[in-house]
Amino acid sequence: MALRTFKVYRGNDKAGELKEYQVNVEEGMVVLDVLHRIQADQENDMAIRWNCKAGKCGSCSCEINGKPKLSCMTRMNSYGPDEVITVTPIKTFPVIKDLVTDVSWNYAQNKRIKPFQPDPKKKDERGYYMMQEDVERTQEFRKCIECFLCQNVCHVLRDHDRKDAFVGPRFMIRLASLEMHPLDIADRIPEVRKDYGSGYCNITRCCTDVCPEHIQITDNAIIPLKERVVDRYYDPIAWVARKITGDKK
Amino acid sequence: MLNIKEIQTIEQDVIVIGAGGAGLRAAIESSAQGLRTGLVCKSLLGKAHTVMAEGGVAAAMGNVDKRDSWKFHFRDTMRGGKFLNDWLMVEHHAKESPDRVRELEEWGAVFDRTKEGLISQRNFGGHRFPRLAHVGDRTGLEIIRTLQDHGIHQGMDIYMEVTALELLKDGDRICGVLAYYRETGRFVIFKCKAVILATGGGGKAWKITSNSWEYTGDGYALAYEAGAELMDMEFTQFHPTGMVWPLSVKGILVTEGVRGDGGILLNNKGDRFMFKYIPEKFAPETADTVEEANRWLKADKNARRPPELLTRDVVAKAINAEVKAGRGSPHGGVFLNIATQLPGDIIKKKLPSMYHQFKELAEVDITKDPMEVGPTLHYFMGGVRVNPHTQESTTVPGLFAAGECSAGMNGANRLGGNSLSDLLVFGRLAGIGAKEYITKLSGSVNINEDQVTTAIRKATDILNREKGTNPYLIHEKLQETMQDNVGIIRIEKELETALSDIEKLKAEAALVKAPGSSQYNPGWHEALSLHSMLVTSEAVARAALIRQESRGGHTREDFPDESKEWVKYNIVSKKGPDGKMITEKLMKMDPPEHLRLIADASLEDLEAGKI
Amino acid sequence: MANSSINIRQSNYLGTLRADNWWLYPAFVVFGFTSFVIYATWAAFQGDNYYFDGGLMSEHFGGYLSPMYSPLVWVKSGVHGGAPLHHAWLGEMPAWMPAFVTPAFFIVGFPLAFRFTCYYYRKAYYRAFAGAPPACAVGAVPQKEYKGETGLLIFQNLHRYALYFAILVLFILAYDAFMSFFRDGQLGVGVGSIVLLVNPILLGAYTFGCHSFRHLVGGKMDCMSCSKGRLFAWKNVTKLNMNHELWAWCSLVWVGFTDVYIRLTAMGVIHDFHTWAN
Repeated sequence: MALRTFKVYRGNDKAGELKEYQVNVEEGMVVLDVLHRIQADQENDMAIRWNCKAGKCGSCSCEINGKPKLSCMTRMNSYGPDEVITVTPIKTFPVIKDLVTDVSWNYAQNKRIKPFQPDPKKKDERGYYMMQEDVERTQEFRKCIECFLCQNVCHVLRDHDRKDAFVGPRFMIRLASLEMHPLDIADRIPEVRKDYGSGYCNITRCCTDVCPEHIQITDNAIIPLKERVVDRYYDPIAWVARKITGDKK
Repeated sequence: MLNIKEIQTIEQDVIVIGAGGAGLRAAIESSAQGLRTGLVCKSLLGKAHTVMAEGGVAAAMGNVDKRDSWKFHFRDTMRGGKFLNDWLMVEHHAKESPDRVRELEEWGAVFDRTKEGLISQRNFGGHRFPRLAHVGDRTGLEIIRTLQDHGIHQGMDIYMEVTALELLKDGDRICGVLAYYRETGRFVIFKCKAVILATGGGGKAWKITSNSWEYTGDGYALAYEAGAELMDMEFTQFHPTGMVWPLSVKGILVTEGVRGDGGILLNNKGDRFMFKYIPEKFAPETADTVEEANRWLKADKNARRPPELLTRDVVAKAINAEVKAGRGSPHGGVFLNIATQLPGDIIKKKLPSMYHQFKELAEVDITKDPMEVGPTLHYFMGGVRVNPHTQESTTVPGLFAAGECSAGMNGANRLGGNSLSDLLVFGRLAGIGAKEYITKLSGSVNINEDQVTTAIRKATDILNREKGTNPYLIHEKLQETMQDNVGIIRIEKELETALSDIEKLKAEAALVKAPGSSQYNPGWHEALSLHSMLVTSEAVARAALIRQESRGGHTREDFPDESKEWVKYNIVSKKGPDGKMITEKLMKMDPPEHLRLIADASLEDLEAGKI
Repeated sequence: MANSSINIRQSNYLGTLRADNWWLYPAFVVFGFTSFVIYATWAAFQGDNYYFDGGLMSEHFGGYLSPMYSPLVWVKSGVHGGAPLHHAWLGEMPAWMPAFVTPAFFIVGFPLAFRFTCYYYRKAYYRAFAGAPPACAVGAVPQKEYKGETGLLIFQNLHRYALYFAILVLFILAYDAFMSFFRDGQLGVGVGSIVLLVNPILLGAYTFGCHSFRHLVGGKMDCMSCSKGRLFAWKNVTKLNMNHELWAWCSLVWVGFTDVYIRLTAMGVIHDFHTWAN
């Protein structure tokens, strides 16, 4: 057990402060445990979001010493014994109170995406047929726990505030999971370019760096989507080939 | 004076409370039935406890073993539930779950595949055949995300971070819900014709639990206060394998999939102790040598299943006994080892999130070292007593319940994998039930203003009081008494202690104080949930005291055996006219003949198609 | 208690609460790229000491040719450490060409275009040179209206065409490696042969791990199991692609090193150990 110094953001979207707390930290604790201890003993009304406490629900996203992380999966012993630990809310979304932010914009993006549309030809009375090697790519993206750390760290949304132009990495992988789904027959490539803004991503990979599920967001989702956009809009040879074969896509 | 006109009122046909699998499925069905549907949830959408379900969803599709059919699933569920289940619900569930799983695929779910390209199925405790459709060890996440992504396009309105405080009634029948926005603390009235409860269980009343903060038994308390009956509350499932170390993650679930894929349980002597704990009833179906257990793992159809895959109650009690006998692991559990059973890369592929969880939370590499595990409160078999055909409460018209929050389907003990299929099957049924109820409804409903103002005053008093007890402290005390006195092994004296503690805590909770404003104030939220936890705890303790036998998730040290007499009864609690809880025995209905035949049949006869 | 007020929502260039050495990566990239560009520019302007065959200037097959000068379109004869005339596709450099033009000028554009539009290099230089962003959760250079790759940078979409040329060049460099095991028509091996052999291997690992290549060989299909051959190719490209950053750096450094090695050998500064008679 050791007494540790914590600084936690207390305030709202307009104003706030980093308030200092002294907390007893025991072996095996994660940052969320420390926040809970502060909440129970010192500040009953300190607002935090959390649910499963096992890195499966993606509720407790915050920034710890400036790095976007899940507080439930950040062990105290990953910091130096005397290091002061600063916890702030995720920066890209408006602060409601303390560590809780308004992430409703993300839910609105999801609703804009054209839903899954299965190919009726690929099923019989026993169900749909698809092969394991075909579903693995999609399964990787479906590991996403919607912690929105990637949305938070993406500089297009974070620094340049282009929420009007780009849906962000979370929804690029959602789009990739639909586009690469072996059963799906809907076409979303025009929207990927125009409405969802694949061109705004400059593949600087911070989304991949912070993903707690270790999804290869950039390599496996965004770049392949960009390449599919190239097929459709920028590759002259592919354009000629389409003209000759009469293929619309 | 509080003016009810100033409170925001939202009108819907149906309000679904809870957005886990059952709530989402119910809301999807209700929308599909053409009803204006509102979905109210305490957290953000997609964070509900369903994401924690790991192993899979049970459905007798027979994709891996063609011999499987609804009859086997029915028989397994009844035997797992120690014959206390509602026969009709179990039949409906076993028949319908394959369709519900295939429907998920229609909506975009991506399950692991068989070589043929169909949905793959895995073995699990208590299931005769490989029956659990799964996605690695994150099946719950797949299901909730599928329902969420499908649901948002069905026209329902979703109210996130809203907590229900009270069900509003017009005479006998439901007319709305009083709730508050967690963000602002503002109150809101949902005026509606029917309410579907899908609030899950109440594990947060215990200290060691796999449940998150949301699991405060809200649905039980809401229903109870509205006059509904709570049934089978004594049956609380302790999952045999929760993490025991480090302290801060004590209770977090270790999926049964670890054992399904070959993991073995060892005590500190290195003995595979489960061989000593095979109940007589399961002996003919369980391997009695290591050699046979290994053959089964290699898919030898003639071998019997390893004892680690006995039902959860049996395994939990065995671990408890080993630890009490001093043969436990350093942190008070036993060892669960998969490292010696499978190559490292296969473990990482089959159990990625378990690998992740232990690596990051406990610094244990499960491909090299054993895990330390112990029982953790996981699931409530009991809940709101409902009509098996409609999921409507037996006593409150217009009130429906589905999933963990309702009783009947799981009897005395739930089989792993049956909860995910349960919430799909009965979530849908509740949506249909609500439609039937509303179609027959005549006249309009009116909100009772007194009920609203009383409830609001009670809630705001917590903030306005000059001083009072710390809500976190009351919660802690409740957890301690429930853990110590209403745990895996129960005894009359301890149950009585628990009940008297609950009485004291009720008095303390009446004077609780939360500092700060009503805006996103966790202290206030905690204080408001105390009532739900206390009602839930009392119902469990009372029912546990009455049931003088050991069955499934309920074990009495003073009555260690199953009794032939007690299988005829359920225990039901409801609010008496004096405001006190009434708990009594209720005779179960006789099973339909065709179902009794299946339940009693030998496996050979079933396989041969004689029944 | 030391409480400090903070404006949590404001974005400042380089603003961050990160306390670790986040600037190491961009600093490393700036150092690495700048060093390479300076050396490569200098080497391209030299026009000499890019070829070595033991000083024989043999008419027969063989010799070491620096990858910075390969393929040779034209050569200037009479240059110290230059290639014999028969190595060039078009022979002697035309007289009307300005004096400062060296054989390197005609080919430098191909690898440059490939690396400039590469999905890995884009990350590296957008971060290190454009500060968009300098590091994760570190304030980006403010821009009036951020356009990403939809504005001026839209040409990045043609990366696959740079790839086509890069594959051609790769085969030429593989031929050069083969050639380095001969001197005056005789089979043998020298340290330079090994250096030149490693070069196309590293370049191959980089080129065939390209994101565009991964897309073209199989990634564009939704049904991976429909073509076993393409699935196999995609899986192997994926393995290379996972370490694209590593291969990008190794192959870059090695190209520079190969040129240095041949240059120093041709200048006579170092001795090339080998098995040939002379």
